[in-house]
Amino acid sequence: MPRSDSDGGLDIPNRISARPVRKPGPYIAAVVVVVVALMLLHGMVTNPNFDWPTVWMYLFNENVLSGIGWTLQLTVYAMVLATVLAVILAMMRKSANPVLRGVSWFFIWFFRGTPVYTQLVFWGLLAVLVPRMALGIPFGPEFWSIDTKTLISAGTAAVLGLGLNEAAYLSEIVRAGIEAVDTGQSEAAAALGMRRSLIMRRIVLPQAMRIIVPPTGNETIGMLKTTSLVLAVPFSLELQFATNAIANRIYKPIPLLLVACIWYLVITTVLMMLQSRLEHHFGKGFDARAMGSKGKQPPLPGKTSGEPKDAVDKVNQATMVGLNA
Amino acid sequence: MSMQEQSLDAAGAPAIEIVQVHKAFGSLHVLKGVSLTVMPGTVTAILGPSGSGKSTLLRMINQLETRTGGEIFIEGELVGYKPLGNGGLRLLDDKEVAAQRSKIGMVFQRFNLFPHMTAVENVMEAPVHVGGVAKREAREQALNELDRVGLADRANYYPAQLSGGQQQRVAIARALAMHPSIMLFDEPTSALDPELVGEVLAVMRQVAKEGITMVVVTHEMGFAREVADQVVFMDQGVVVEHGGSDIIDHPQTERFGAFLKSVL
Ligand SMILES: Nc1ncnc2c1ncn2[C@@H]1O[C@H](COP(=O)(O)OP(=O)(O)OP(=O)(O)O)[C@@H](O)[C@H]1O
Ligand SMILES: [Mg+2]
Repeated sequence: MPRSDSDGGLDIPNRISARPVRKPGPYIAAVVVVVVALMLLHGMVTNPNFDWPTVWMYLFNENVLSGIGWTLQLTVYAMVLATVLAVILAMMRKSANPVLRGVSWFFIWFFRGTPVYTQLVFWGLLAVLVPRMALGIPFGPEFWSIDTKTLISAGTAAVLGLGLNEAAYLSEIVRAGIEAVDTGQSEAAAALGMRRSLIMRRIVLPQAMRIIVPPTGNETIGMLKTTSLVLAVPFSLELQFATNAIANRIYKPIPLLLVACIWYLVITTVLMMLQSRLEHHFGKGFDARAMGSKGKQPPLPGKTSGEPKDAVDKVNQATMVGLNA
Repeated sequence: MSMQEQSLDAAGAPAIEIVQVHKAFGSLHVLKGVSLTVMPGTVTAILGPSGSGKSTLLRMINQLETRTGGEIFIEGELVGYKPLGNGGLRLLDDKEVAAQRSKIGMVFQRFNLFPHMTAVENVMEAPVHVGGVAKREAREQALNELDRVGLADRANYYPAQLSGGQQQRVAIARALAMHPSIMLFDEPTSALDPELVGEVLAVMRQVAKEGITMVVVTHEMGFAREVADQVVFMDQGVVVEHGGSDIIDHPQTERFGAFLKSVL
């Protein structure tokens, strides 16, 4: 950074060094928080119902670890699929072609409008409902066909179900991000002779990413837990299913729920660290403080800290299913 | 350099020819038959009150705005449409529009620098991704362009770390990097604090000296008087008066006279 507040090795004879104002607020708050935390910790550690020895015994259980692997894979594949689709859908929404706009609108309407659990059930039933899939002319000859069961395994069905549903939500986030970029940016790029696709790729999307990344982080963390719904397919290898299976076998649901929680928290922590690195990357140039222009610059799109969205029911369903299974 | 000298030059063909151009936004008739000829290497200043259609006219020249009627030619080539054999017209596609625009540089009132790129990256962007120049070469040229506008030492600053005047100079360097034969300026100093106006005008004077055709919408009468070969006064969507820079001191029409009194 060319300019910073720190020392910078400059020789300033009357450099100010002042101690900050002492305020009691932070200290009082810290004491209260520490006391409450200790009380909670004491309660949790000593409460026999939590059964920490069992938690510890199963924390690194083979099935649990493989469940984590599957949960991570489902999350990553579904989010990658969703992101690619979301960008395409958002561009289609902004296209001059009315057919593309309509298709995009319909996709979002349908996949946001029906519960993800139901969608997963249908993906799981696809092989029953549509046993063979074929390529050909409608009502005309077939060129190629395949058993749906071979084409779409339970894992594929799970990823498709999660990914398509997520794409509908993400595409609205992407669209909001694109719309937040000042039109002057596209005009300046166009005036330089850049073509539409290049402007999108080099100028608009990189700036939109600042706005897209935080809510997408939210979505990813949400997806991590939504993966537990894939037992609707049924796909039965991910973390929540694995811990439930053990819990049902040994009749100890609470410690196994704790095992799942601990691992979800660990993964969430890692995801949040990734998110903050991405935010830093796409914040380049925006974190820099404006100077000398007295607010006469083009407005910079505001930083959002993640939008609330109607995923509450998704999460609730996940917990309920988890407890019942 | 005066208009007469210019037209006697090898020049012959105008750089920009605007013929009876109309623009309507819905039912709002903004330009009502504007004609204007700009010879190569000259500076044209467009003056006029707010809302008279100056920006609209300028933006039409590089197709940021479509026109409702009339014709615009850049170096003899029809802008925005391709004449068909049968006398009809076809809209240009994305690629053809981009090709026409790359000959014309534009500088905006609000700078519109790319905030996620440093000054030098802003200047390199089009040469690399439109012109296909190798990155290293483009960076070297970009540093030269920044040097020309006196900002070699700010190459690695982000726009948000530059003053308004510095940002506008980077924007000029960015436009010049595509080696345009025509530069359009839409009130390039209007968003600047008074003490920063001079540095931008100085750069523009230098661009004019290099023989690039310039069309400048401005409220800087001093600049227009000193640098412009042609002055155009617009009001309510028509050209009310045009002539050499001397008309600023000797307006021929009452409306221009009144306008000058209000801004001076
Ligand atoms: N996209 C648009 N949609 C509708 N009306 C528009 C649009 N752009 C410009 N106008 C109108 O066209 C008229 C001319 O606008 P224009 O920006 O060309 O004026 P101007 O001479 O550049 O004024 P200023 O000195 O304030 O920049 C104004 O009445 C304006 O409201
Ligand atoms: Mg204007």
